[in-house]
Amino acid sequence: MPYVIHLLIMVSIYSILALSLNLVVGFTGLVFVAAAAFFGIGAYVTAIVMTSFGFNFFLACIVGALFSALIAFAIGAVLSKFRGDYYTLASVGFNIIIYSVFLNWQTVTRGPLGIPGIPRPSIFGLSFSDNFSFLILASLLVILVFLACRFIEQSSFGRVLRAIREDEKAVSVFGYEVLYFKLATFVVAAAFSAFAGSLYASYITFIDPSTFFVNESIFILAVVILGGLASNRGAVLGAAVLVLLPEALRFVGFPPDIAAQMRQVVYGLLLVILMMYRPQGLMGEYKL
Amino acid sequence: MPIIETKHLYKHFDGVRAVDHLSVAFEKGQITSVVGPNGSGKSTLVNLLTGMIPVDGGEIVVAGSVRFTKIKSHEVKDYGITRTFQDVRLFEQMPVLDNVLVVLTERGVFASLFEKHSPYHLEKAEEVLRRVGLWGKRHELALGLSYGQRKLLEIARVLATDADTILLDEPFAGLFPEMLKVVVDICKELKVKGKTLILIEHNMDLIRELSDHIYVLDAGKLLAEGKPQSVLARRDVIEAYLGE
Ligand SMILES: Nc1ncnc2c1ncn2[C@@H]1O[C@H](COP(=O)(O)OP(=O)(O)O)[C@@H](O)[C@H]1O
Ligand SMILES: [Mg+2]
Repeated sequence: MPYVIHLLIMVSIYSILALSLNLVVGFTGLVFVAAAAFFGIGAYVTAIVMTSFGFNFFLACIVGALFSALIAFAIGAVLSKFRGDYYTLASVGFNIIIYSVFLNWQTVTRGPLGIPGIPRPSIFGLSFSDNFSFLILASLLVILVFLACRFIEQSSFGRVLRAIREDEKAVSVFGYEVLYFKLATFVVAAAFSAFAGSLYASYITFIDPSTFFVNESIFILAVVILGGLASNRGAVLGAAVLVLLPEALRFVGFPPDIAAQMRQVVYGLLLVILMMYRPQGLMGEYKL
Repeated sequence: MPIIETKHLYKHFDGVRAVDHLSVAFEKGQITSVVGPNGSGKSTLVNLLTGMIPVDGGEIVVAGSVRFTKIKSHEVKDYGITRTFQDVRLFEQMPVLDNVLVVLTERGVFASLFEKHSPYHLEKAEEVLRRVGLWGKRHELALGLSYGQRKLLEIARVLATDADTILLDEPFAGLFPEMLKVVVDICKELKVKGKTLILIEHNMDLIRELSDHIYVLDAGKLLAEGKPQSVLARRDVIEAYLGE
């Protein structure tokens, strides 16, 4: 049972990451491979302000989101100059830069040593130190982010995003300043991803740079593509499948240490099969 | 008064002078056709006028006063200008209805976030989709439409914008007679409503029927201009069309 709760917490964290990334990849059509950068920024800001300045988790969460949004605003303005494959490559570059900041800015991040002893959330005497109550908190955040994404999706704003995805130049002729829409979406997605980082830092109570490298971004992208581009329910489903599937392998008889290694293989294989037979993902509306 | 004028407008693509020091004027409330052989720069002219590609030289004058050496694509709507595309550019993986709603709803980032679409927007979308006979297909994705229906959807999108100046890049090409008639009728209605039409077309009968004035381009340069009857009878114009 405790292990199931642990898995569900991980599903929650990846659901938030996938929901946020879906705004950028699924709705706006930008193949962004640096979700782990904002995930990491949220985690590091939360860890630092909680351990060094004694911030409450919830305040730390907000600070992390704001900081992530700020970075997204600056980076988004630069990234928007790129298109297609160049955009994707530039985003990888961004992730590598952020990763090296985590790794090398040792006075702040403690570099490869990582930051231990990050407290669990508590508010008004209510503590989320045991995993079950933490799961409830994480689920609440998933619901919050889910509703926000749905709100965006169903608004006129969401329709404009889809139109940008389909034909950026054509939509601009009808009076839309495409850059503003892209930037706004990017900033919101970065803030949401930072929430996932805050949850992660406080849940594991320890973070180090290795969690936030490009391979993690590819994993999050795989979650979005598997679940289905431009589908919020798909993002949650994708997170559940990709987090739980390697565990399921154990039940069908793979030894535990091999099953753990299988995560990479499984999601790689799933993606290849998916692209061949169902490019819109499990629940998606849109093909890349 | 001309609603749009170009002065020595110039655009080249590595070595090709697509639009070569072109000075033309489009009168308000009239249908002006731009004709010329393939590759003579007609679409490039439309792209320059709508900010789709940057101008290399010369000027665009809107409403007699606003002068541009460059115009941004998202600003052309503010001058009451809209267009269709020769290569039919729809929002493919979106329903037919959303293809129209997107040109009706709020343009601002924040305003659009707190709006879905108003009853007025939906009414307007229904009106224009019924006009081109696509209301029944409103829930289908644009990519599922036939070629003719796609062109009609582009026309519906243009009608929805209520723009005063409409640039149509080969709106009749490839249409079967019934659909052709719908588009021709729409052009006539727009003229009655006082809209300005800039029409790129190859069909000489339609040009005679619809145009008040025509410009003939050849290799990006102005070859002839005037009333359709006289211009289309000129030997040099006919030769430009038929080739050497
Ligand atoms: N994006 C582009 N890149 C390079 N050359 C172009 C481009 N667009 C148009 N051209 C060239 O400019 C010339 C005019 O093209 P175009 O305006 O499309 O002609 P028309 O619409 O009259 O058939 C042609 O020689 C064409 O090959
Ligand atoms: Mg053309």
